[in-house]
Amino acid sequence: MTDEVRDETEVDIVAANDAQVDRELKRLTRRGFVTMAVAAGAGYAGWSWLRTRPREGDVPWPLRRVLQGNESLAESYFRDARLSPNFRKSDITRARVNGHIGLDKPVDLNAWRLSIEGASSPVALTLDDVKAFPRREMVTELRCIEGWSIIVQWAGSRLADVMQKFPPVERPRYVALETPGRGYYVGLDAASAFHPQTLLAYEMNGAPLTSDHGAPLRLAIPVKYGIKNLKRIGTIRYTNVRPADFWGERGYDWYAGH
Amino acid sequence: MKRLVNKHPLAIRWFHWLNFPLLALMIFSGTLIYWAYPAYRLGIGDFTLAKMNLDQTTWRALHVNNRLAEGMALHFFFMWLFGINGVLYVLYTLVSGEWRELVPNRHSFRDAWNVLLHDLRIRREPLPARKFNGAQQLAYTTVIFMGLGSLLTGIAIYKPVQFAWLTSLFGGYAMSRFFHFWLTVGYVVFFVVHVAQVIRAGWNNFRAMVIGVEVMHD
Repeated sequence: MTDEVRDETEVDIVAANDAQVDRELKRLTRRGFVTMAVAAGAGYAGWSWLRTRPREGDVPWPLRRVLQGNESLAESYFRDARLSPNFRKSDITRARVNGHIGLDKPVDLNAWRLSIEGASSPVALTLDDVKAFPRREMVTELRCIEGWSIIVQWAGSRLADVMQKFPPVERPRYVALETPGRGYYVGLDAASAFHPQTLLAYEMNGAPLTSDHGAPLRLAIPVKYGIKNLKRIGTIRYTNVRPADFWGERGYDWYAGH
Repeated sequence: MKRLVNKHPLAIRWFHWLNFPLLALMIFSGTLIYWAYPAYRLGIGDFTLAKMNLDQTTWRALHVNNRLAEGMALHFFFMWLFGINGVLYVLYTLVSGEWRELVPNRHSFRDAWNVLLHDLRIRREPLPARKFNGAQQLAYTTVIFMGLGSLLTGIAIYKPVQFAWLTSLFGGYAMSRFFHFWLTVGYVVFFVVHVAQVIRAGWNNFRAMVIGVEVMHD
């Protein structure tokens, strides 16, 4: 008799306990899933907000701001002494032509001049004037923003040497380069423009530049993506105003630096 | 008799559920980048099991073609949130001591093998009732090292001149990109197995990842 009573009491205790656990579980479950739903809703709202912001350089402005923040960080970390690795000539891969923007009209090589704007007096150089600077050679990687990369041998004059010969009034914050007629244009931060591997190249893989690759003179700048390696340079301009950049206006990172 | 047992700390639940959309966004934006030059395939020599690529029609139908610039802007935005969340998670497991449950020990490999046999219905004995079995310990620790790998190969691709030493450590720029891509495929595989296992383990287990506690029957 006593045993039965005890059993019944135990059953009651277990039932009471389980009911209480169930209530607690229900409460925690409601709280947990409501929190998660609210967080998911907030996340979705944030995503929608991000995507609908007014665009700056063809990308929603918060994304543009973060690209610029990344740029500041990269600029403060950048050192002239850090070089794009040099390869052997046997590593050279087949050159690739990826675009003709700014090259649509043929260039008259005899009439071509490289003009420098922003120097103390206007400068117009012939190709021989550019070749008069010490010749630099390098075998470096050209990395396209699309994801492919090739190894190229370049020969040319250092942009830094040319800029030192025709100095700006004061060291500029930016250097802008344009094709004749400004079909294509890039902006460079001064540190990248003055980098020792930034060349005004007149030879590629041991031969004078072909028209497809930007004859007579192009930029070879391995501290940047391929999009900054402007072909057929017409004008170099020193400026303290951030220059327009062809792809920077089309959603890409203005800095595009390595 | 039922009782509630604490299983997953609040911080770990938040790290876990934040990581889910962040990793999804990194993979989505990474895919937008990858389509600009879809270089890889699954195969050996002349044999190709699957091209890691879609044809033009499918690309256009999915509206993921020609979105490289957008993909990069998103990738270089969410990389911060994804990276910070991952670093905080690792720091939390170290400081709280949770790492002891997560990091494999000398029994984990044998245990993981038993789990595999159990899941394949070859081994009948029930699994030991522990928070994480050996297979989970291996998986959850491996995926953290994969995250570290993604971070480092990512830096190697992002700044291959300033971090040239890192890029060359991975065998150069193209190889860094290769590893970065296949690690991502690894996450997708992880995700599929993970979700399948969560479904198998049932509601009580899943709910614990949301509310923290699990119901035990004594």
